[in-house]
Amino acid sequence: MAKTMNFPTYSSEEGKKHARNIVAIWFVVAVIADLIVWFVYGPHMPPGTMTDQARGAQFDIKVVSVMAVPVLLFLWTFGFYAVAKFRGGKDRAEGYYIKGNVKTQAAWYIITASLVLFLAGFGTYELVLPAGAGGGEGPSPIWRPSTNKLLQVQVIAQQWRFTYRWPQFGGMETTSINLPINTEIQFNVTSLDVIHDFWAYQLGVKADANPDSNNVAFAKTLETGRFTVRCDELCGIWHGAMFNYGHVVSQSQFLSWAQSMEAQNASVTKLLPKYATTYTPSYLGAGGGYYPAGDPNGTLN
Amino acid sequence: MAIDMSQTTGVGRGGSSEGGGLKKGPKLNAFTGVLVGALGYLFGHWMGNAIAGGYQQVVGSGQNDTAILLGFIFGTIGFFLGLGILNYPLQKMTGIEPPTDEPEQAQGMMKYFRYTLDNKVVGIQYLFGMLVYFFTAGLLAMAIRTQLLSPTNHIWGPATYLEVVGEHGTMMMMMMTSVVMGPFGNFLVPLMIGSKRVAFPRLEAAAFWFTPAAYIILLSALWQGGFQSGWTGYAPLSIQQGVGQDAYLFSFGLLGFSMICSALNMTATIINYRAPGMRWSRLPMLAWGMITVAFTMLLSVPVLIVGLYVMALDRSAQTSMLYAGHGGSSFLWENLFWFFGHPEVYLLALPGFGVVTEILPVFARKPLFAYKTSVAGMIGVAVLSFFVWQHHLFQSGMNPDMRPLFMLTTELISIPTGFLYLVGMGTMWRSRMRFDVPMLFVMAVFFNFLFGGITGVYVSDVPINVTVHGSYFVMAHFHYTIMGQLMFSVMAAIYYYTPLYFGIKLSEKLGKIHFWTMFIAFNSTFLPLFALGLLGMPRRVFEYAQRLQHLNQWVSVSAFILGLSLAFFAVTFVWQLAVSKPKSPPNPWESRGLEWQVGYPVPHGNFAKIPVILAGPYEYGDPNALPVAELSAVGAHSASVSGGDE
Repeated sequence: MAKTMNFPTYSSEEGKKHARNIVAIWFVVAVIADLIVWFVYGPHMPPGTMTDQARGAQFDIKVVSVMAVPVLLFLWTFGFYAVAKFRGGKDRAEGYYIKGNVKTQAAWYIITASLVLFLAGFGTYELVLPAGAGGGEGPSPIWRPSTNKLLQVQVIAQQWRFTYRWPQFGGMETTSINLPINTEIQFNVTSLDVIHDFWAYQLGVKADANPDSNNVAFAKTLETGRFTVRCDELCGIWHGAMFNYGHVVSQSQFLSWAQSMEAQNASVTKLLPKYATTYTPSYLGAGGGYYPAGDPNGTLN
Repeated sequence: MAIDMSQTTGVGRGGSSEGGGLKKGPKLNAFTGVLVGALGYLFGHWMGNAIAGGYQQVVGSGQNDTAILLGFIFGTIGFFLGLGILNYPLQKMTGIEPPTDEPEQAQGMMKYFRYTLDNKVVGIQYLFGMLVYFFTAGLLAMAIRTQLLSPTNHIWGPATYLEVVGEHGTMMMMMMTSVVMGPFGNFLVPLMIGSKRVAFPRLEAAAFWFTPAAYIILLSALWQGGFQSGWTGYAPLSIQQGVGQDAYLFSFGLLGFSMICSALNMTATIINYRAPGMRWSRLPMLAWGMITVAFTMLLSVPVLIVGLYVMALDRSAQTSMLYAGHGGSSFLWENLFWFFGHPEVYLLALPGFGVVTEILPVFARKPLFAYKTSVAGMIGVAVLSFFVWQHHLFQSGMNPDMRPLFMLTTELISIPTGFLYLVGMGTMWRSRMRFDVPMLFVMAVFFNFLFGGITGVYVSDVPINVTVHGSYFVMAHFHYTIMGQLMFSVMAAIYYYTPLYFGIKLSEKLGKIHFWTMFIAFNSTFLPLFALGLLGMPRRVFEYAQRLQHLNQWVSVSAFILGLSLAFFAVTFVWQLAVSKPKSPPNPWESRGLEWQVGYPVPHGNFAKIPVILAGPYEYGDPNALPVAELSAVGAHSASVSGGDE
């Protein structure tokens, strides 16, 4: 570069002034933002408060947010301050010859590593404590509720609908789902064809439905109300239409619904294959034989 | 492949165009390639029908995947034959000594349609290839957003919608972003490290020519009924699909081969072809970005190719490896795919980091802050990216007890990623920033990637993942990392390097219009998607809850503006390259980089003599800094330098 360059003289006092400005602006903004995040948005964060697991997830989102927002704001403050103050002028001067700063770098490593390790530890605690946090835990979950009094609900996904089987109610199968309040529920999620995903948004429950595999998730209901069930794993053309609603109701309402369904479905229940954790769909009656022998569809051979 | 490793002689000398191979052979180019490729396809298809036409499955369904796949295989071989790519290896194998002197140089535009060994021509082929793939996939995105203007009124049926979604995702992820090493790595790395050539020019050129074949095959899925499995192609859904899925898996496989070829060449070039004095501690950041990407590709892409091969067998020969009930498992594909897929999405970030850290010091007029930290960040991201793939499968029920480990590894990766911000802030600190268009894009990368990175902490936290997995939140997250980071980096690099590539300096005024519209529309499109995800909208749905309509309409309109902004870029870019041609002074950004010292047009063979590197590329602000290289390596300095391979 055959041109004369303009090299300004360095003053460390000025640097300290900039640093103080940035930290002061950031601190004020971050405190205000964190208060808003926790108290104003916090109570409205998804997935709500309908189950123990949903409350845990909401608490998690709040905690991660009050940690993430100051980080975001620090970088924004720095960025906007830099754009405003550290601009080149018409003199086309060069910047200072600074290739690193041991203290700054060390502080950055330590702070980011501590944040990250805390978050990993916190996330693990929040996963283990509320019995797997509503996520799919595979066929033999190790993080379970402390009680063995569980309402068993089997979620069977197929292209393109969910049905539910109730082993404690004669193995009946329903197309709708109602759950009793203040009850520990064990969802056993499986699929008859491709991979689906059972997402009960307000319950804070999500578990993939895999063919030939049982995926268990737990939730403890705490409030009555309606919840949405959606398929959350692409499963073919009607994936977008694969949803229904469920309700959390009082225990007595649930019991009368379940018993009447059981009686109403008794004749159909007899035709169903025996309750199992997985079913292998087969037109030929091999494997688990989901379709009964007399199935009119069983004629493809 | 026998390669003459010396830099002054050999096959890569002077950017020879080897179309034809045999001295008096026909002039081969992309058009003869397509012609022979079409014949190859017909042959393969006939053969597939002859072999598998009588299979019970084929007779019962009327769908012969074997014929389609063999058609693609022979079509691609034909395309390569027609381009002349196979001449050299075939001649070597049959004992005919191929010509090593330069064949007649193709002139003008035609050289971009031929198999050529000049790293700069390949770089420009890649650049335009990448832009074509990007704009094709971008149009499909416009189609998606048009459908989502209303929760209930449909432009298309659900099948067409999913075809469009799958094509968009696959085109963007596998075609556009996977070739990102091409335009910059191939053109710039030899110039940056002071080499006359790349290590394996034939591999490099072949790597490019895989991509148009893959592009045509991937697009062909659209008129074969498409594939409704999305770019992730989860089995058994992907086994259920029609022949469009064969186009998906075959084109993805071709891109895999392209990535391997390109990565082999890049790794060998950077390790072996550095000029004397180009120590690892002086290696430009863009080259660091390329070599970390190349290593990641070399280790992860073979797994993808194996997975795709398994899928092809399941679909054509009914081997049942990917679906339950007959010995297979739907988990197998998820594992194979993401074992590739997760390193893949980080290897999209690394070239972006490389570009940003390369350009920032030039416009901040300061040395890159904490060079070693920056390199450590790249290596850290590359290494850790192999240990995080199961975070895509947190709710799958597979390996549930390992979730704390994958949560830890995923969150650990924010440490090396955070280094980028340390380096960025340190470099900006008390700098003299010049806000030319490339710098604006660099600043936007920092802004956008912050959202991508911070929301990454949410999705990696298993309890939060229960809510956001598979929702628009995740979709917004990866659009921020890939489009917000990588595409903005690519734009920065395009504006920054056009003077070097084409001798043209793109208009600052038009560039600023493009930048501001793109930046605002991008954020206006993707920020609301986080809210949509948190409100419960799953990905890949053609219908959604009525209450989400306003947000979706906002997003759609913003997306259209984003599309217009990119169309504005396309038009002004092509106009300035082809019509108005605003001439650039040499080195308009006053960069110290070696690549800028050779002048425009970059001569064949890049350097008259191998340069001797005297200093790092980022010594801005030091009045006593040596120039980065002695371009004619004679005199006092040549004796005192060490490093490099000579």
